[in-house]
Amino acid sequence: MSETTATAANDRGFWGEANYPGIFGWIFSTDHKRIGLLYFWSVLTFFCVGVLLGLLLRLELFAPGETIMSAQTYNATFTLHGVIMIFLFIIPGIPAAFGNLIMPIQIGARDVSFPKLNLFSWWLYITGATLAVTSLFTGGGPPDTGWTFYVPFSAQTSTNVSLAAVAVFILGFSSILTGLNFVTTIHRLRTKGMTWMRIPLFTWSLYATAWIQILATPVIGITVALLFAERVLGTGLFDPAQGGDPIMFQHLFWIYSHPAVYIMVLPGMGVISDIIPVFSRKPAFGYKAIVVSSMAIAFAGSLVWAHHMYTSGISDMAVMIFSFLTFIVAIPSAIKVFNWLATLYEGSILLDPPLLYALSFILLFTIGGLSGLVLGAAAADVHVHDTYFVVGHFHFVMFGGTGMAFFAAMHYWLPKIYGRMYDKTVATVAWGVIIVGFLILYISMKVVGMMGMPRRYYDYVPEFTGLNQLATVGSWILAIGLILMFVNIIHGLFKGDPVEANPWGGASLEWQIPSPPPTENFGEEDPVVTHGPYDFKKAGIL
Amino acid sequence: MSGHVHKDYIGAKFGMWLFLFTEILLFGGLFILYAVYLTRYPQEFISAGSELNVWFGGGNTMVLLTSSLFVAISITALRRGAKTLCLRLLGGTIACAVIFMVNKYFEWSAKISHGIYPGSEHLKELQPGEMVFFNIYYLTTGLHGLHVVIGAVLIAWSMFLIKSDKVNADDFVILENAGLYWHLVDLIWIFVFPLYYLILH
Repeated sequence: MSETTATAANDRGFWGEANYPGIFGWIFSTDHKRIGLLYFWSVLTFFCVGVLLGLLLRLELFAPGETIMSAQTYNATFTLHGVIMIFLFIIPGIPAAFGNLIMPIQIGARDVSFPKLNLFSWWLYITGATLAVTSLFTGGGPPDTGWTFYVPFSAQTSTNVSLAAVAVFILGFSSILTGLNFVTTIHRLRTKGMTWMRIPLFTWSLYATAWIQILATPVIGITVALLFAERVLGTGLFDPAQGGDPIMFQHLFWIYSHPAVYIMVLPGMGVISDIIPVFSRKPAFGYKAIVVSSMAIAFAGSLVWAHHMYTSGISDMAVMIFSFLTFIVAIPSAIKVFNWLATLYEGSILLDPPLLYALSFILLFTIGGLSGLVLGAAAADVHVHDTYFVVGHFHFVMFGGTGMAFFAAMHYWLPKIYGRMYDKTVATVAWGVIIVGFLILYISMKVVGMMGMPRRYYDYVPEFTGLNQLATVGSWILAIGLILMFVNIIHGLFKGDPVEANPWGGASLEWQIPSPPPTENFGEEDPVVTHGPYDFKKAGIL
Repeated sequence: MSGHVHKDYIGAKFGMWLFLFTEILLFGGLFILYAVYLTRYPQEFISAGSELNVWFGGGNTMVLLTSSLFVAISITALRRGAKTLCLRLLGGTIACAVIFMVNKYFEWSAKISHGIYPGSEHLKELQPGEMVFFNIYYLTTGLHGLHVVIGAVLIAWSMFLIKSDKVNADDFVILENAGLYWHLVDLIWIFVFPLYYLILH
């Protein structure tokens, strides 16, 4: 990789150069790193709000009956928790925040293909987020449909579903524009020598994700648009009284929303694929297999949507076909897990915080993924459908998977962006507390779900009290761990010790430029790439 | 920022094509619903569909095809330096868009005056399959009409840029992308027209 000019220790790189004064230098910036940080802080804010709502839900479930909120408030709270976590945190989380921060540097580009469009995407995100929040306080009050907006209830409820639908449409548009920007960038702006088989696996995962964003998101766009039209214009395409079919809403909704879970998890897998080789000091085992499996997940993940609908009244034949296809998606995910383990095998392992979060991803995602197979099998699904087993399952894959990957990415890349290091000991302790809290919280949910506790109820029978209290205590431990982690990392980013260009010993391009990176990432000359992203010998790390 | 100016025409068109995919998929949701409901209510779709006027639809098809031809020629005109001709052709495209929308206005008005519109009393007396047909007809042609308007605005914006020479014989990718968008509007109509006006008669 190219030699870059050394910079003085007090050079703050892109932090020092803004086109406009003060905050306008951020909210009107077209620099991919500034936009990435805008996204990072926005999604982090919404993550914290989502966590608070989740804690309230757990508090309500601490005892049977009404504990701290009424049934209607509970409905609104879990809807809001879901909408915020899914549309405002997990979907844009890794791709829009870390994708913007890191991807152009990883391929040796100075920015994305369409920098203004990139800024516009963030503005759309903020607009959508604002409307989503506005929908809580206007109209008929906060939506109470759950994040899935199923008709006929969503078409009839007097709560403010219409505005929430508009918000989802706008957020989807933002996601589409980010996706097409990334695909174009990866096709067009790779530097000299950056062949397809030298692209770091994080960027590969963003490439696969971006295709799903482009091809699946328009379907949720038309679905919520039709819901909006049904509520406002009375065009009841899903209304049985007008000849429509509510099941068609579920089909269209999941044609997007199942691929969307891969929008959520694929970038996380990319983060893990980038971190594990660096902290094992070994090239990624099965690089090509990981690349192919990312694309295979993107493809096969588009064919399994109806496994959310086994109990909705679709035909037995459809259930069997979708169950079979669901098992197929497990294969590329498993390929990744085996490749990560093979990379670690006989590696020279450095147990730094990024690797710890990556390892917890593997553990929790594997548990979550295997419990997904229980749900994918039609016979078992009928038993646990719409129980806390499902809630436990998707928190294992979404929080244990994508959430942990987000934390791993924070600990791995933010020192590069801020040029400062956090306290690694505190980060390790926080990690331990998070894992303990996580396991107590979500394993309890899975067990109580197996026993038959349905999801989305603010009340339960007294037999479930013990496990629910255990889960709530777990949520407190988890919250303590999260606070510790965030305080430590934020303190480190602003007050920590300065770091050199390559604190972890990475071989991909982002580690060859100063920390923080300069405004256009590279000096006068574009970098020329002569080896793969995990070739630590040629990069001079080993 | 350094004065590093990077123009990537292929990239710009590549991005536009990706965006057009998303538009096709947006309409794809409506086409799927059409297919499902046509299979479920074939008789009702035929009885309701035969009330649509093939001359309105056919006329609008001709108008849109002509407008697309104008856009295609206008790009060649600009590349050869014939700026005035290019502007006139684009003006023709916008005129076609206006004719299309006026035509649509009369078509919808006729339907509405017969009491056929979403949520109307008359509609509620029809068969469920016929209600679905008219709902999806209004939604599809309405969404398409919205795209006609957006496309016309894009063409008008390109005309403004051509007038001020910001888009010229050497730098015309904005016009090409606006043209691509206009062809998409055309393309979707090419599927809407037979599905709603022809095959149900």
